[in-house]
Amino acid sequence: MNIVQEYAKSQCKAPENVPKFNIGDTVRVHFRIVEGEKERIQVFEGVVIARKNGESPTATFTVRRVAFGEGVERVFPLHSPRIAKVQVVREGRVRRAKLYYLRDRVGKAARVKARGRATS
Amino acid sequence: MMLKGLLGLKLGMTRVFTEDGRWIPVTLLQAGPCTVVQRKTRANDGYEAVQVGFGEKKEKRCTKPVLQHFKRAGVAPKRVLKEFKVDDDDALKPGDEVGTDIFKKGDRVDVSGLSKGRGFAGVIKRHNFGGGPGGHGSNFHRAPGSVGASADPSEVVKGKKMPGRMGNASVTIQNLEIVDVMPEKNLLVIRGAVPGANGGMIMVKHTVKGAK
Repeated sequence: MNIVQEYAKSQCKAPENVPKFNIGDTVRVHFRIVEGEKERIQVFEGVVIARKNGESPTATFTVRRVAFGEGVERVFPLHSPRIAKVQVVREGRVRRAKLYYLRDRVGKAARVKARGRATS
Repeated sequence: MMLKGLLGLKLGMTRVFTEDGRWIPVTLLQAGPCTVVQRKTRANDGYEAVQVGFGEKKEKRCTKPVLQHFKRAGVAPKRVLKEFKVDDDDALKPGDEVGTDIFKKGDRVDVSGLSKGRGFAGVIKRHNFGGGPGGHGSNFHRAPGSVGASADPSEVVKGKKMPGRMGNASVTIQNLEIVDVMPEKNLLVIRGAVPGANGGMIMVKHTVKGAK
């Protein structure tokens, strides 16, 4: 491991603090929003359709939801200090790492099968 | 006992989070340790400066006069030598080592390095010309266009921007912020980009213009 990677790693969250979830899970992302002096938490709920840049501090994950009939995707930095927590609402059973095919589907076809029983 | 700058290597770039959760681009530099090889004095040399060396060099790769220069200072041969101006009463002497502790978090620095060579480049890449419209039968793509007028002045003005060798020149980026200093590893973390390729030689100095 070179020095740049080593430094990058030191900027990551400790392994136990990294949110744990898998592709296809339905999650609630609690994201801190700072407005002037005040800080509040915004929740974004949707299906995790991609995780990118695995081990590096630049790792991100993409959450997709359909809001008012319009698909909305948000990309969150996995190691961001502004992510308060990530709650897994429902575990999904999927067979690929990137669920971009969900973008082309609407309604019932755009669902992900559940795995086991739901946890919260 | 304050050197104004250090010699070092560009290690590479990454991104880090600020405290409020924004990403900023940073460059990692290995700066120092630099060893003082010669102390130039007003009495002897006409000006006050210290000559510092950085990096390892095999003895057999040095010429005899250069080797003797290092032997006189009592230090191992160094890859590069550079002078920094100092005050008259500066106490640095040959053999002293200077590390990244001359900088602290939040300081502003100027970083010099040898930019990446682009070879023979056209005017769009080299001088930011706009280029032609390309399509619709214009037949004017990336050419430099007119280089001057007619019989008067009947020559191309000196300094006209034209294609040619680009890069591989000394470039200084001023007023960069130090994000982090790690003296035990000789590391400097600097916000933004720095000239040259990874592994290239760079010089970091306290800024001459920017905010202190």
